[in-house]
Amino acid sequence: MALTPQDVSRLAELARIELTPAELAEIAPQLDVILEAVASVGQVADQDIPPSSHAVPLTNVMRDDERRDSWPAEAMLRGAPAQGQQRFRVPRIIDDSDAG
Amino acid sequence: MSVQYSSDELMDYDEVMERFDVVLGLEVHVELGTRSKMWCGCSTEFGGEPNTHTCPVCLGLPGSLPVVNKKAVESAIRIGLSLGCEIAPWCRFARKQYFYPDMPKNYQISQYDEPIAFDGLVELEVDGTGYEVPIERAHMEEDAGKSLHVGGATGRIQGSDHSLMDYNRAGVPLVEIVTKPIRGTGTKGPQVARAYMAHLRDMVRALGVSQGRMEQGQLRCDANVSLMPKGTTELGTRTETKNVNSLRSVEAALQYEICRQGAVLAGGGRVKQETRMWNEAGGFTTAGRSKEQAEDYRYFPEPDLVPIAPSREWIEQLRAGLPEMPAVKRARLQSEWSFSDLEMRDVNGTEGALDLIESTVAAGCAPAAARKWWLTELARAANERGVLLEDLPIAPAQVAEVQRLVEAGTINDKLARTVLEAVLAGEGSPERIVEERGLAVVSDEGALSAAVDAAIEANPDVAEKIRGGKTQAAGALIGAVMKRMGGRADARRVRELIIAKLS
Amino acid sequence: MNRDICTATALELGRRIRTGELTSVETTRAFLDRIEAVEPAVHAFLSVDGERALAQAAAIDALVAAGDPLPSPLAGVPVAVKDLLCYEGLPTTAASRMLEGWVPPYNSTVVQRLLDAGLVILGKTNLDEFATGSSTESSAFGPTHNPWDLDRVPGGSGGGSAAALAAFETPLAIGTDTGGSIRQPASMTGTVGVKPTYGAVSRFGIIAMASSLDQAGPCARTVADAAALHAVIAGHDPADSTSLDEPVPDVVAAADSADVAGMRIGVVAQLGGEGYAAGVEQRFGESVELLRAAGAEIVEVSCPHFTQALATYYLIMPSELSSNLARYDAMRYGLRVGDDGTNSAEAVMRLSRGAGFGAELKRRIILGTYALSAGYYDAYYGSAQKMRTLIARDFAAAFEQVDVLVSPVAPTTAFKLGERVGDPLAMYAGDLCTLPANLAGVAAGSFPAGLAPEDGLPVGFQVMAPVLGDDRVYRVGAALEGLAGTADLCGQVPDLPVEGSGEAAK
Repeated sequence: MALTPQDVSRLAELARIELTPAELAEIAPQLDVILEAVASVGQVADQDIPPSSHAVPLTNVMRDDERRDSWPAEAMLRGAPAQGQQRFRVPRIIDDSDAG
Repeated sequence: MSVQYSSDELMDYDEVMERFDVVLGLEVHVELGTRSKMWCGCSTEFGGEPNTHTCPVCLGLPGSLPVVNKKAVESAIRIGLSLGCEIAPWCRFARKQYFYPDMPKNYQISQYDEPIAFDGLVELEVDGTGYEVPIERAHMEEDAGKSLHVGGATGRIQGSDHSLMDYNRAGVPLVEIVTKPIRGTGTKGPQVARAYMAHLRDMVRALGVSQGRMEQGQLRCDANVSLMPKGTTELGTRTETKNVNSLRSVEAALQYEICRQGAVLAGGGRVKQETRMWNEAGGFTTAGRSKEQAEDYRYFPEPDLVPIAPSREWIEQLRAGLPEMPAVKRARLQSEWSFSDLEMRDVNGTEGALDLIESTVAAGCAPAAARKWWLTELARAANERGVLLEDLPIAPAQVAEVQRLVEAGTINDKLARTVLEAVLAGEGSPERIVEERGLAVVSDEGALSAAVDAAIEANPDVAEKIRGGKTQAAGALIGAVMKRMGGRADARRVRELIIAKLS
Repeated sequence: MNRDICTATALELGRRIRTGELTSVETTRAFLDRIEAVEPAVHAFLSVDGERALAQAAAIDALVAAGDPLPSPLAGVPVAVKDLLCYEGLPTTAASRMLEGWVPPYNSTVVQRLLDAGLVILGKTNLDEFATGSSTESSAFGPTHNPWDLDRVPGGSGGGSAAALAAFETPLAIGTDTGGSIRQPASMTGTVGVKPTYGAVSRFGIIAMASSLDQAGPCARTVADAAALHAVIAGHDPADSTSLDEPVPDVVAAADSADVAGMRIGVVAQLGGEGYAAGVEQRFGESVELLRAAGAEIVEVSCPHFTQALATYYLIMPSELSSNLARYDAMRYGLRVGDDGTNSAEAVMRLSRGAGFGAELKRRIILGTYALSAGYYDAYYGSAQKMRTLIARDFAAAFEQVDVLVSPVAPTTAFKLGERVGDPLAMYAGDLCTLPANLAGVAAGSFPAGLAPEDGLPVGFQVMAPVLGDDRVYRVGAALEGLAGTADLCGQVPDLPVEGSGEAAK
């Protein structure tokens, strides 16, 4: 299946990456080639094989509910592109929250 | 804050009930009261200076990794068990991906198709009728940070110039409880939803996993509702109402949405699938983001965390340690206290009353008296102050002490109210207040006798009636005596004196 | 170049520092001088931390002078760290404009262990941007050149660490390996690089590329040095949930013994033949024969699903990468572009990521976004996870028959700079021998097998061992090193153009 520049544009939007028209035109065919090369994994799509999400199987790795000192706010804010009132300053947010 | 008005057309609730069936769905987030966050050792305490409860992990700094808080998993399992759920023998965390500045990693670690608990049932009673709320799942996830919107109308996101982010809440553990579609609630849908929320609140408190304070966001409800014309079976388009932060608003918001949707459908319109925001002050909902285009969250198993596989032994150990569930407890206490159904309904209908009465009884007070004080005098005080009963500055033991003073004849009911008010005003213990304010009833027989004589003399007609055998007229004389004594008299003793003198 | 210091092994330097024959400060200075001299030609480092390195060295010298015990056999020995590991106080950039100048407020566990063991951190080495590449050409700060031939790539993504070793700029280096980023550069520079068992070395504080595949490991010029460094950085870390709470295999003893007599060694049928350079095949074959002669039993083993490793990897890696890199959004740290007071946060995120990420990274993020998106998950990511299971089963079956598996590390020797830049698939194909080990989490190392006759460039020999069988990797690697005489292969690196303080070319 060929990815159109429109498809790539939608994916770039999902991934929050601004692409120039030239980049869009370049990436679409490259992705097609790659997708063709990786399509062979689809042969097991319908097979009853347990998927591996992890390299080495471990379970129940947990920590006790112990409080540790937090970091000084200034250390956490040091790398911030902008700040104010001991908070990270960010550009205006378009209201499409769906927290939770 | 500027007041907003709504221009929504509403159908009369009763008319909606005649024409439509209601289907509800509730998604409730419980903020767990663990000491530390879900993935790191930062404090979960509410408040705190901005960004002082943060570290590289909850700020999602490059290279940081999460480690699961065992207490949070335990709490989720206990919640699941209390909801009658099955506990997954093996489940994973998953990343729910969407970009938003309050989420440091731009994915929320949650659970997707493998929740820790699933398939439960909650049984509720509303006005004497039983209802069932089927539970789809309860899963673990993390909270996001808080934004402060600057510029534009005060504190609103719309029109703001920029925002300031505080990540103290980021990574605080949450359990999300999702119901299956709730049907068959008849005309009581909004009340069932409210009762369900109250049940969850009582349950998480009984479990000790959260204080369940809705006003602090420890219990948050997203209320889904749709209507279907009577006699049809196809589910209608639903809306999801957010920002519902009290029991009262759960009921009110659903009732509003039901009436709004009823009007839309009756007018031949189509309900838009969208998120709506509850406006507490105005008592209406407003349209939020349209959900016509489904979000693509690109869930996948969280590779930084390993699966959770609670052993049978662990689950059974947690099950054995579950406290008495609220409904069971209520039934037990009703019987222990010999309250009528009606009396018990008042108790159940007042947030926090059950536990406060229980503590007051434990401090030596008679159940009926404890109930009386909490549901009348103190409920009124809480209402006036706009706080919950439990937030009143009075301890159950102090209420019990007041009742002890009444029973000892030291004060009467009226004085008791004065004492309670003084306790609330911070004047100290009831005993001290009685002493310092000189509120104890006068037991000096001489003074009392003189006051009775004076009252008889001032009211010869009444005295005559009583002499004629109409002892019920004594009340007027008692009032007169009380007035003379500044209220500090034992009404029973006054009555005895009056009858004795006039017979 | 101070040959006496710069060409010595790390363990030898450690011994001389410990006994007072040499100070750590002298040692550190010799490498800092070497870095200054050859960096213009090699560009292995993104930052050099001379002042702090000398202070760390002086602290070790003070311990020696006071007769106090040293924390490890490598105390006082310099090390270079891939610029993907957080090191407090020094920029950690992942070779990306996105993180240019970002200084982490905390140390990665690996860095902390290096410091605790008394190693001296020289600086941070170059890599492909966010470790996504096989040539170090996608570094936002310019490519690293292969000391064997400056017109060629040093491999990737850890080309900086490998080139720094081959150029004698450091005796030790730390790399990370998601699909071969330690082993393939080792192969292309004639050095040693080991990807430990997944979970053996903590990932905490290492900028994540693909979480279920990433593993940090040691890079060195000799097997014994690599083993000593492995012993320093490996071990359980409660801050990494995927860290193995198991004893670290005794890799130092294994490297010491170098004994393969009676070992069963499996040659993977699927990793060789068509598409492999003649010199690669030849050196690989000779190495196998040397091991056989030393008493190992050689068997051919079939791992049929290894042919699917490339496809599997190039779905799982971009998927995890796309998610791991979501946090670089210009809100809390890193590059911010377009914050002009009118653009929304969303637009600023998009603009910053558009400007901050390079072409290869964008390609992979979009590929990963696609593979995880609704409707495609089952065909791509979901299937890749099933294939991953089959690849792990191939390993399990193979390790029923043999103690280790061996193969070439890469189908070719180092290729020319720019040769594969426009052709992602050709670039990816260079990883096909190294990917299976990451997918299954097993231990694997690359060891020098000599030079390819046709181009005189180094060829690597891969040894793979089961989970927590890291010691076997070193045992075989050390045996080969002795048999093939490759311990000082880098001594054959041609003279490098030098700059600065009149230091003679080597």
